[in-house]
Amino acid sequence: MSVVDRPLASPGYSEADSYPTHHFLNHSHGILSWALTLDHKRIGLMYLVGVMSSFALGGLFALMIRIHLWNFQDGWLSNKTYNQVFTLHGAIMVFLFIIPSIPAALGNFLLPIMLGTKDVAFPRLNLMSFYLWITGLVFFLAALSITGLDTGWTFYTPYSIDTQQGGAVLAATFGVFVLGFSSIFTGLNFIVTINTMRPPGMSWFRMPLFLWALYSTSIIQVLATPVLGITVLLLSAERLLGIGIFDPKLNGDPVTFQHFFWFYSHPAVYIMILPAMGIISELMSVHCHKGIFGYRMIAYSSIAIALFGFLVWGHHMFTSGMADVTAVVFSALTFTVSIPSAIKVFNWLGTMYQGTVSLNTPMLYALAFIFLFTIGGLTGLPLGALSTDMHFHDTYFVVAHFHYVMMGGTLVAFLGGVFHWWPKMTGRMFNDKLGIVSAIIVFVGFNLTFLPQFVLGSRGMPRRYATYLPEFQPLHQLSTIGSLTLGSGLLLALIVLLMSLVNGKKAPRNPWGGATLEWECASPPPHDNFSSAPTVGDPYDFSNIEYDGKTGGYVKRA
Amino acid sequence: MAQTTAHNEQAHNHHDTGHGHGGHGHGDHHGFSHPMPIWMLLSVFFALLVLTGLTVYQSTFDLGNAEIWMSLTIATVKAALVILFFMHLLWDKPLNAIVILGSLIFVALFLGFTLMDAEGYRENLLYDSVNDPRVTQQVDAATPTAAPAALK
Amino acid sequence: MTAIQDTHIPNHEAGHADDHHHEHPSWLAHHFDDAEQQFDSGKLGMWLFLVTEVLFFSGMFCAYALYRNRNPEVFEFCSSFLNEKLGAINTGVLLFSSLTMAWAVRAAQLRQHQLLVGMLGATLGCAAIFLGVKSVEYSHKWELGLLPGRFYVPQIEGHHGAHHGYLEMLCIVPAIVTVLCAAYAVFSWAIKSTFHQQVSGPLLTAALCFFVGVFLGQYLEAQEEATKGHANHHEHHMSVQGHIDHDSHDHAAASDTHEHDHGSAPAPVAAVASSGGSSDVYVDSKELATPKPNVNKSTMAGLFFSIYYCMTGVHAVHIIGGMIVISWLIVKAARHEFHEQYFGPVDNVGLYWHLVDFIWIYLFPLLYLIT
Ligand code: HEM
Ligand SMILES: [Cu+2]
Repeated sequence: MSVVDRPLASPGYSEADSYPTHHFLNHSHGILSWALTLDHKRIGLMYLVGVMSSFALGGLFALMIRIHLWNFQDGWLSNKTYNQVFTLHGAIMVFLFIIPSIPAALGNFLLPIMLGTKDVAFPRLNLMSFYLWITGLVFFLAALSITGLDTGWTFYTPYSIDTQQGGAVLAATFGVFVLGFSSIFTGLNFIVTINTMRPPGMSWFRMPLFLWALYSTSIIQVLATPVLGITVLLLSAERLLGIGIFDPKLNGDPVTFQHFFWFYSHPAVYIMILPAMGIISELMSVHCHKGIFGYRMIAYSSIAIALFGFLVWGHHMFTSGMADVTAVVFSALTFTVSIPSAIKVFNWLGTMYQGTVSLNTPMLYALAFIFLFTIGGLTGLPLGALSTDMHFHDTYFVVAHFHYVMMGGTLVAFLGGVFHWWPKMTGRMFNDKLGIVSAIIVFVGFNLTFLPQFVLGSRGMPRRYATYLPEFQPLHQLSTIGSLTLGSGLLLALIVLLMSLVNGKKAPRNPWGGATLEWECASPPPHDNFSSAPTVGDPYDFSNIEYDGKTGGYVKRA
Repeated sequence: MAQTTAHNEQAHNHHDTGHGHGGHGHGDHHGFSHPMPIWMLLSVFFALLVLTGLTVYQSTFDLGNAEIWMSLTIATVKAALVILFFMHLLWDKPLNAIVILGSLIFVALFLGFTLMDAEGYRENLLYDSVNDPRVTQQVDAATPTAAPAALK
Repeated sequence: MTAIQDTHIPNHEAGHADDHHHEHPSWLAHHFDDAEQQFDSGKLGMWLFLVTEVLFFSGMFCAYALYRNRNPEVFEFCSSFLNEKLGAINTGVLLFSSLTMAWAVRAAQLRQHQLLVGMLGATLGCAAIFLGVKSVEYSHKWELGLLPGRFYVPQIEGHHGAHHGYLEMLCIVPAIVTVLCAAYAVFSWAIKSTFHQQVSGPLLTAALCFFVGVFLGQYLEAQEEATKGHANHHEHHMSVQGHIDHDSHDHAAASDTHEHDHGSAPAPVAAVASSGGSSDVYVDSKELATPKPNVNKSTMAGLFFSIYYCMTGVHAVHIIGGMIVISWLIVKAARHEFHEQYFGPVDNVGLYWHLVDFIWIYLFPLLYLIT
C-alpha cells in the first residue's frame, strides 16, 4: 500500500502536505468495486448517499403536509391521502434516515480511522447491513406504492390490524424488521471493533468522544432493536394469521403493543441523539481550538443515557389507559434521564468559554444544535410530567418537541458533521461563505416552522389532523412559510456540498486543526487508512497544532 | 508499516495476558483454545437429562402455584449448565459473561414494567367477549352459562 | 473484474504482503493482527448476537406471562392438547445435539477432523429429528383445528379432525432435500471423492433423520391415544364450562381419542353436554358458584395457540437457520480447515446452537407441562 506523493501544481501549498493520488476512492474502479466493497469508507459513503436520498424523499412528504395545511380545510390532499403522507413522512424519516444517518454513514466512515485500525471487525457483516438497509428501503417503497401506509409511524394496534391497507402494513413491518437487523449489525460491529481492535496506546479514555457516543448508541441498538423486531413480527402475524395477541377483538391487549413498541422506540430516540451529541463534542473542541471541557463526564454521560434510556418508555403511554402506579414511576424516571443530557450541554458551553471560536459552517451548525436541542430537551419535561402531558399529549406540542430534538438536534448535527468531515471524505473544500448562509437559513427556517407549533399545541391543536379550526390558521401559515425556508436552506447546503466536488479546492490533511486520528491520514484517506502508523495521543490536545499558511491547513509541531 | 509492528507488539502482550488469566481446569497448551474434557461434556449431558426427567416427573403432581416456580427453577438450573459448560462461559472472558448476563437485566426490565402495568390496569378492562358483536366466530348464546360454542 | 480488486484477502496477499512482518495465513482476515484477536472478535460478536436473540424471544415470553397470568385456566386447558411425551423426547434430542455440538468444538480444537465431521453430522441429525417430531405435532393440531387466534376451531369431544394431509405437506420440502442429498451422495461415491463423501454422508443421514423423527412422532402420538383412549369412559367432555382445572389430563385424552371419527358430526357425549346446557353435572357446586368463562374459543384458547405457534415457530426457524450454518461447517470441516488457531466458526455456531437449546429448555415446561 503506497501513497504516492507528487509535487503540487497549485501554488501556496507545500510539498510536505501534498495530496494523495492514490486513495480509497480510486483504489479500484467500476460499479462492482463499490457494490461488493468491504471497505468501511466506501460503505459509509454509500450509506451517506442513501440516507440523504431518503431524507429528500421524507422531506418532500413533509412539504406536502405543510402545504396541505395552509388552509384550515379543503387542503389539496384528501383526508385519506393526508394520513398516508404523514405516515410515510414519519416512517421514512425515522427508520430510513435518522436512525442510520450518523452511525451508519459518518460512523462507518470515521470509526476505524479515529480508532486507528484498518477496518471494522466484520467487514462482510458491514456490507450485509448496507444491503439489509437497501432491502428495507425497497419494502418501504413497496408500502408506498401498494396503497400507502396510513397507520402513523408507530403502527399502533388495533388500527394497524383493522386498516384497509393490509398489504402496506405487511410490507412496511417487514421493512422495519429488516432495517432493524441492519441497525443491529452495525451496532454489533462497532462494539466489537472498539472492544477488540484498539491499537496500542488507544486506551478507552483516549478515544474521541464521537466514538464513546457511537459505542453507547451501539449498546442501545443491540439491546432495544430486537424487541422492535419481535413487535413488528407479531404485528405481521396479527395481519396474516389473526393471532390476536394485540387485537382486542380476540381478547388481546393493545396496550401491550405500545409497551413493546416504546421499549424500543424510546431508547431509539437516544440512538438518534447520542451520535449527534458525539459529533457536537468533536465540533465544539476542534472549532474552538480548545480541549473539551469535562471529557470524562461526557463519556460517562453517554453510557448513562444509553442505559437509563431504557427506564422511561412509559412516558409515551400516559393516556393509553396504563395503570396509575406505572405512570407515576415512568414520569419520575423521565426526569432523571434528562440530567445526563443537561451535563453535556454544560460541557459544551464550558468548552466554548475562552476558546478561540472559528465561526465556520460546521461550527454554526453546532451552535444551532445546542440552541435547538436545549429547547427540545426542555420541552420534554412538561411532556414527561403526568399532569401537563394529559393536556399536551397528541398535540402539536409533541410534534414541535420531537422535531426540535430530532431535526434541530440530530439532523443539524448530522449536517455539521457532514460539513466538518466532507474535506476528509471527498478531498475537497466547500465554499464556506455559502455554507454559513445555508446554516443561517436552516436555523431561521427551522424556528419559524416549529416555534409556532408549540403555541398551536398548547392551545389544543391535535396532531395528525388534516383539517383544523380557523383560529389556528395564522400560526399554521407561519409554520408553512418556515418549512419552505427550511427546505431552501437545506437545498442550499446540498448545493454547496455538490459544488465542492466540481470546483472545490483540494483539501489539506487537517483543514480545521483537529487532533483526532482521522486528521493524520490523507484527505481522502488511502485504502487501508494509514500509510504509516498514527501515534495515538490525547485527542483533545491542541497545544502543538498550528496553522500552516502554506497548505491552508494545520500541522502538528514536532 | 510501523503501525503493524506496533500492532504486533500489542498482540503479543495480549497473548501473554491471555495465558495469565487462564487458570483453566483443562489443558492450556493451545493458546486460546481450551478443549473440554470428555468426561465433563458427558456428565453435563447426563445431568441435563436427569433434570429433564425431574421436571416431567414434577409435573405429575399438583403443586398449585408453586408448580410454575418449580419448573422455572429446574429450567434455570439446566440453562445454567448449558451456558456455563457447553457454552464455556465459565472459562470465557469476563466481558462476554457480563454481556450475556447484562442482557437478562434488560429482559427483566422489559417484562417487569410491562407486566406490572398490565396487572395494574387489569381491573379497568371491560372486555366482554361473550356479548361482543364483533366476534363473528363466537356462536355462544347470550348468557354466559349457555352451552359452549363448540357444541352448536 | 475490478471487483476482485476489492475483495480483501487475495488482493492483499498479492499486492501488499510487504505491509506485514509476519505471514498472514489464509484463515486470518487481513485487518486482524493475529489469530487470537480474530477469535476474540468473533466470539464477542456472537455473544452480542445472542443478546439480541434473548431480547427477541423476550417479547414472546412477555406475551406468554401476560396472558398466562390473566387466563391461567386457558393455559391449563390448552396445554393438555400438547403431547408431553413428544415434548420430552424433543428436549432430549436437543440436549443430545448440544452435547455433540460441544464435542465438535473440542474436536476442532484438537484437529480431529474425522470426529468433527461426525459430531457436526450428529448435531444436524438431531436437529432434523426435532423438526420431524415437531411436524407431527403441528400437523396433528392443525387437523384438530387447534389454530392460532382467529382460526381456532372450538374443540368437540370425540371429534378427531379430518385428515387433511398436513403432515404430507410438511414432508414435501424435506423429501426434496433428501432426494437431493441422496443424489449428491451417489455422485460423491461415483467420483470417489473423499471430500464429497464426507460432506454428503452427514447431509443425507440428517435428511433421513427427519423421517425418523416423523415416524417416532407418529408412533408416540398413536401410542398416547391408544393408552388414553379408554379414559373416555369418564364421560368427561372438554367443552364444559369452568371445568377444566382438575384432571385436565383426561380431557386431553378425550380429545386425543382415536376413534377415527373423520366426519364432523359431534360425538354423542358432546351432544349430551349440549343439551345439558348450563346444568353440567360434572361441575362441582363450588365451581358453579363462580363460573369461569368458557375457554374453548378463539378469544381464549386461540390466544394460547397463537403464543404456542409464535414461540415454537420462531424457535423452529432458528433450528433451520442453525442447520444451514452447520452444513456450511461440515463443508469446511471436511476440508480440514479447522485447528487450534482457527476454530472460531465452530465455536460460534456452537454458541448459537446452545442458545437455541437454551430457549427450548424454557419452552418445554412452560408450554407442555402445565397442570
Ligand atoms: C431530554 C429529554 C427528553 C424528554 C424528557 C422527553 C420527553 C418526551 C415525552 C414525555 C414524550 C411523549 C409526549 C406525548 O406523546 O405525550 C416525548 C415524545 C417524543 N420524543 Fe422526547 N423527550 C426527550 C428527548 C427526546 C429526544 C432526544 C428525542 C429524539 C431525538 C425525542 C424524540 C421524541 C419523539 C419522536 C416523540 C414523539 C413520538 C410520537 O408520539 O410519535 N425526545 N418526549
Ligand atoms: Cu420518549
